[in-house]
Amino acid sequence: MATEATVTAATRTDGAPVGQPTVTLRLWRGDESGGEFVDYTVENLGGEVVLDVVHRIQAEQAPDLAVRWNCKAGKCGSCSAEINGRPRLMCMTRMSTLEITTPITVSPLRANPIIRDLVTDVSFHFAVARKIPAFRPGPREADGTYRMAQVDVERVQEFRKCIECFLCQNVCHVIRDHEENKPAFAGPRFFARLAELEMHPLDTLDRRDLISRDLGVGLCNITKCCTEVCPEGIHITDNAIIPLKERVVDARYDPIAWLGRKIRRRPSPTPAPVAAALSPAGRSGEVISTELAPRSAP
Amino acid sequence: MAEYETHTLDVLIIGAGGAGLRAAVEASATGARTALVCKSLLGKAHTVMAEGGVAAALGNVWPEDNWKVHFRDTMRGGKMLNNWRMAQIHAQEAPDRVLELEEWGAVFDRTPDGRILQRDFGGHRYARLAHVGDRTGLELLRTCQQRAVSLGIEVFMECKIVRLLTDSSGAVNGAVGFWRESGKFVVFGAKAIVLAAGGVGKTWKFTSNSWEGTGDGHALALWAGADMIDMECVQFHPTGMVWPPSARGLLVTEGVRGDGGVLRNSDGERFMFNYIPEFYAKETADTIEEGDQWYENKTDFRRPPELLPRDEVARAINSEVKAGRGSPHGGVFLDIASRRSPEYIKRRLPSMYHQFKELADVDITAEPMEIGPTCHYIMGGIRVEADTAATTVAGLFAAGEVAGGMHGANRLGGNSLSDLLVFGRRAGKYAAEHALGRSGDVEIDDAQVDAVAQHALAPFARDGENPYSVHHALQETMQSLVGIIRTESELVEARDALDKLDERAAKAAVEGHRQFNPGWHLALDLESMLAVARCTTLGAIERKESRGGHTRDDYPGPDPAFGKVNMVTRVRDGEVVVAPEPLLEMPDELKTLFEEAH
Repeated sequence: MATEATVTAATRTDGAPVGQPTVTLRLWRGDESGGEFVDYTVENLGGEVVLDVVHRIQAEQAPDLAVRWNCKAGKCGSCSAEINGRPRLMCMTRMSTLEITTPITVSPLRANPIIRDLVTDVSFHFAVARKIPAFRPGPREADGTYRMAQVDVERVQEFRKCIECFLCQNVCHVIRDHEENKPAFAGPRFFARLAELEMHPLDTLDRRDLISRDLGVGLCNITKCCTEVCPEGIHITDNAIIPLKERVVDARYDPIAWLGRKIRRRPSPTPAPVAAALSPAGRSGEVISTELAPRSAP
Repeated sequence: MAEYETHTLDVLIIGAGGAGLRAAVEASATGARTALVCKSLLGKAHTVMAEGGVAAALGNVWPEDNWKVHFRDTMRGGKMLNNWRMAQIHAQEAPDRVLELEEWGAVFDRTPDGRILQRDFGGHRYARLAHVGDRTGLELLRTCQQRAVSLGIEVFMECKIVRLLTDSSGAVNGAVGFWRESGKFVVFGAKAIVLAAGGVGKTWKFTSNSWEGTGDGHALALWAGADMIDMECVQFHPTGMVWPPSARGLLVTEGVRGDGGVLRNSDGERFMFNYIPEFYAKETADTIEEGDQWYENKTDFRRPPELLPRDEVARAINSEVKAGRGSPHGGVFLDIASRRSPEYIKRRLPSMYHQFKELADVDITAEPMEIGPTCHYIMGGIRVEADTAATTVAGLFAAGEVAGGMHGANRLGGNSLSDLLVFGRRAGKYAAEHALGRSGDVEIDDAQVDAVAQHALAPFARDGENPYSVHHALQETMQSLVGIIRTESELVEARDALDKLDERAAKAAVEGHRQFNPGWHLALDLESMLAVARCTTLGAIERKESRGGHTRDDYPGPDPAFGKVNMVTRVRDGEVVVAPEPLLEMPDELKTLFEEAH
């Protein structure tokens, strides 16, 4: 299954030809009623990222060029665009990694409705975020603390690195090519969020019906486009989506195994890692039962 | 008048970074109708850039730590110019705010016995910063964002507020803005408003701040009649990247120095040992040998001078560069590569490593970084009442970077994330209390709204220069004349230059139409930046001493007389005026904390 990310990944690493005095960006300009690519040529300064060049075009030639950006440091996930057809953060794409003897194409994320120029309507993602029941911890320890082992929090922290650039949502073909799937599909970013909550050592809520029935984890057929495009290197498919799929299946076919997995050793004073019970492959209840977590089996 | 989209609320919160979100959660919990409005998308605020951690005397690593030590560190770091009551509340409440984040789903790094791990940072006596690798700000913002979303709080995204509205008594009762997407105006009626709009960095040429840091909150308050304090106290982070351009302005966390990184000049010398001020001499190692042993044994050895408060480090770097011992691009070298293994660096500073490799093709495990002072944070801001976060204008509250007083003349690393949680919560609580205690409906003055709308649209009808060129000129002016090291003649020159820049900005013209037009947005942000620049410049002229983030070449030392006053800027008869006013007097029982030997 070809995707935008894999077909157009032929960005080159041989850098800018020495001495080429200018660079040309071919920017999509327009709105919901239509638009076209416009070439802008500026001085080649070297050591820049695509967003630096876009800013110089704004300042010198096209002051009304619409573009989102905030941190210019790869931390906020605002400046997503398709560079030579490949979904990227503009602030994290060095000009030296692109061929500059021909114009560099910069277009808006294709899966979102256009607002203007490089700015698209991302409201779908914010609507999905509101569907997810929040973290609900169990009670504190007697000394008022919550105890967790570093090895367990690292599993959760992988997903919390997400900067919400929504590039994964953009390349996911379940919604990129099928607008009709959007009402019943959360998308990779939110599967990572759900996996984070499900694997959080302190969380007590059961979201599995929601994940399978309303958020459509079953629609994903594991092409890993989301993982490939993630600028934070989160293993969305292997570490989030596949474990979620397994949990949902377990819940349907094997409630005893699910119950075993929910049962935890009391983590005090030195918390025993529960990672084994939460690993993608750890489907049956390896952890010995001393206390029931306060959620009921289905 | 024209018809405008109108929303009526009890509490309107302007800004959706950590402070705004925390305020919204608190205000909403009281039952007040609460909404957030932000200039970007939700979750993109500058809070995500904070790396090191959130300072709170939890005592998980050092049981000796407590609020009194944190308070004392904060006051001393702020060169005693802080609002003592804010510093006290902050130190007392920060631990609860951190534990509360954990209850909302934040996942901090852990101690071996499973509690929240804390790390060392410049100016903090004990390892005190709860952290998540080096992306603590993102964790804090995402946690508050998810909390606000779960409470169903309304968020108006990508909306720029142009002016606050006031009633006949001078109290605020609303705001006028426009949707960036459509350019259409929107009116918010509100019984109380919380400003949580962050900082001002885009006024300078080299800054770590994101595009939103244009001083909107400061300017909105100033125009509504509020007092500003100590706007001259601006923090330049000592270690921002100066090369290559793709990384310029990016901060290198102090954690690099906490984990063994050292500063060197072009001769390869560890020059910080030449810049240990008397004030910190007792607790700072004076030989390389002692400093190097501290990383492993913090009880028997004193900390190396690379971990002095950041203003001291910035000043030392500036002196080295001026003495001709700088790096090729006008900074100095920050070297961790020669002192720690690549594996150690990657484990301790994962996103820093990732960021520089990806962004600038710089491998921090293999080569030193080229760094220099970069505008990072403004300590000064809107004058607030410590307990309630109320400004000097009725109904208007402020929290986070936009508020002044908490950090005095210099902010310690880690104290901003705790600040925005502690005072974000208080601003939300007391704004809601104010709103719910205010009877009757809000009456919006249509004439005020029309005037704001006309003013905002004026750049489309003009035929002057591009706002980008005015912005560049402002940044050059502030960088060269009101930068890290200041002097009377240059400050006066800057003041005169600002008069001319005001005129240029008033003539600046915008191309195109109102739909998502960054040129138009910049034309309006420029007004905010110019207002902030004037407050900073006037304060800097009047504060004839060096203290914390405010360094005067012509007055190199602190002056006890200036140590007793806030420099207050406010608008009177249409002009920004400046006057010193006495600090709050610290009670005797707190004063004794500074007399104890330690």
